Amino acid sequence: MKIHEFQAKEVLARFGVPVPQGIPVESAEAAADAFRRLAAPVAVVKAQIHAGGRGKAGGVKLVRSAQEAEAAARGMLGKVLVTYQTGPAGREVKRVLVEKGSEIARELYLAMAVDRAVGAPVLIASTEGGMEIEEVARRNPAAIQREICHPVKGILPFQVRRLAFDLGLGAQLKPAAAVIEGLSRAFFALDCSIAEINPLIVTKAGEVMALDAKINFDSNALFRHKDLMAYRDLNEEDPKEIEAAHHNLNYIALDGSIGCMVNGAGLAMATMDTIQLKGGKPANFLDVGGGANKEQVTNAFKILLSDRNVKGVLVNIFGGIMKCDTIAEGVIAAAREVHLAVPLVVRLEGTNVEQGRRLLQESGIRLQTAASLDEAAEKIVAQVR
Amino acid sequence: MAILIDGDTKVLVQGITGDAGRFHTSHSLAYGTKVVGGVTPGKGGTRVEGLDLPVFDSVRDAVRETGANASVVYVPAGFAADAILEAVEGGIRVVVAITEGIPVLDMAWVRHYLRASDAARANGARLIGPNCPGVITPVTDKSGCKIGIMPAYIHRPGRIGVVSRSGTLTYEAVWQLTSVGLGQSTCVGIGGDPIQGMNFVDTLRLFADDKATDGVILIGEIGGSAEEEAAEFIQSHMRGKPVVGFIAGATAPPGKRMGHAGAIISGGKGAAADKKAALQRAGVHVVDTPSVLGATMKKVLGR
Repeated sequence: MKIHEFQAKEVLARFGVPVPQGIPVESAEAAADAFRRLAAPVAVVKAQIHAGGRGKAGGVKLVRSAQEAEAAARGMLGKVLVTYQTGPAGREVKRVLVEKGSEIARELYLAMAVDRAVGAPVLIASTEGGMEIEEVARRNPAAIQREICHPVKGILPFQVRRLAFDLGLGAQLKPAAAVIEGLSRAFFALDCSIAEINPLIVTKAGEVMALDAKINFDSNALFRHKDLMAYRDLNEEDPKEIEAAHHNLNYIALDGSIGCMVNGAGLAMATMDTIQLKGGKPANFLDVGGGANKEQVTNAFKILLSDRNVKGVLVNIFGGIMKCDTIAEGVIAAAREVHLAVPLVVRLEGTNVEQGRRLLQESGIRLQTAASLDEAAEKIVAQVR
Repeated sequence: MAILIDGDTKVLVQGITGDAGRFHTSHSLAYGTKVVGGVTPGKGGTRVEGLDLPVFDSVRDAVRETGANASVVYVPAGFAADAILEAVEGGIRVVVAITEGIPVLDMAWVRHYLRASDAARANGARLIGPNCPGVITPVTDKSGCKIGIMPAYIHRPGRIGVVSRSGTLTYEAVWQLTSVGLGQSTCVGIGGDPIQGMNFVDTLRLFADDKATDGVILIGEIGGSAEEEAAEFIQSHMRGKPVVGFIAGATAPPGKRMGHAGAIISGGKGAAADKKAALQRAGVHVVDTPSVLGATMKKVLGR
């Protein structure tokens, strides 16, 4: 689960990481008011969306008066911000963060993530703050320090010191240690999948603080952090994805024209890939899971057809636990209920495949069947063209 | 011969009294798997309804009474990490975790524990999964050792190993191998989570040494670098055993988690194209569509 920058800073502050004083607001007037309350000569107005790259896209503005703050907020609120992370559709800005300006002496990078190869959380730091860490990794890998963390104890004191000295923070050892330890404690306490401070700054007065922050939580662990759900922003999510989650379906909207319904994540991805290979474009990723029933199949069908770009549907099921006749019943019920008007190709294989195929043929619904994924993809692509 | 499990493996089911545990255990039994009992804390001394199997309060008790050397975990996500560790400390050699949705930090703890545990080292304990379909070794045309949730009937004994991060894609490959008459030695679903037990290299190492395996189908997906590591291993250790590979997720958008927690392209890493290229450089026969996995293996083996 992703959260906003102002929420991530709230979380980090709770764990002792200093952040600039800031006020999240939802109107231009409130932004002017926030500027006055901060009582600082300079403030920054930052668009709050779940995507990076805001600065280059005009989502971060330096302001020197309440009027400037108001104008900057007005220029962002209600507007769609397109960054390299949002895709071409962009995201509507519903909130901005008005934050006290900082006098920056140095910019660093600090993050915690899970190192899959090692199988442990890792703290990553770099002296090149404000840059994408991937870019630093390509250009100057020597500038990156890594400390593998103990899965229960977190980062150990000697590792914290080592990192602080590597980052040239020897003169600010205490405040630097507070930030590193705070980030590590937040990561473990809240089951984060990533917690990133970029840039981490040293101010001219020698303070160490998080100027920008990004936190994602591990969705699998949210069951033990019910309070974190308050941070969820449904405005940032695709309504079809929210609806799918209600029905325990795994759905991700894409921008093609062929709707797919598949069981299993790997097979769902492979189905998308094969559609593309045959010259079409998938409209979605949809995994109905291993044990889906008739209702779930019907719901899945409704969700994928609610996407107006869908010009054809491909159902690809390898029935193991999930029996092919059950799938067929669901497809038939759904096609009737939604008055299916686009071409449909069904490929069934596995348990009770004969019964499933017979049910489809006898249903009177207009559809084509296919014996393999390749054949199914070719058929649906030919019809959608 | 096969890898990890065979017709003599004695299997314990952790979480046997839950719906999933009971359902899949009945299918394992029907396939001829030697399931010797189950563990559900608090229900020790009872028998599993309809299956006539003993239930124990702990893995330690169950191992002492039954001599089980493998276990399968159907325990809910919040308790699954603990169940895995209990199995390892109880003396189990092969632990297969089916459970989906285990928090990644729990798995980091499991990984750390497995490295540090004396019992794990003494028994050469191996973890498969989590979030996987399990492991199966077909012994005859209609029976074998099936630990997990895969449909049994698609398998036939043969000499091709299968290792995969995806469930249904594994079935796809298995079904094709059966259809073209090759069959399988052992099929291992290593699972779709970011932190897991056995990875591609661990599994390939067993296949490389297995006299009953002539070739391997490897099914990867986007995210992480396990396929790149597999490529390195294949290049130097899989001479004489052809590998046919497929990577799912070539069309997946970056930053989106595609069903599996591990299937995400992040920071420009983990893309399908890079994985395919790495495997190709290592001599793997990489196919663009999963529909031809079986036929390609047959062609490569010249059969």
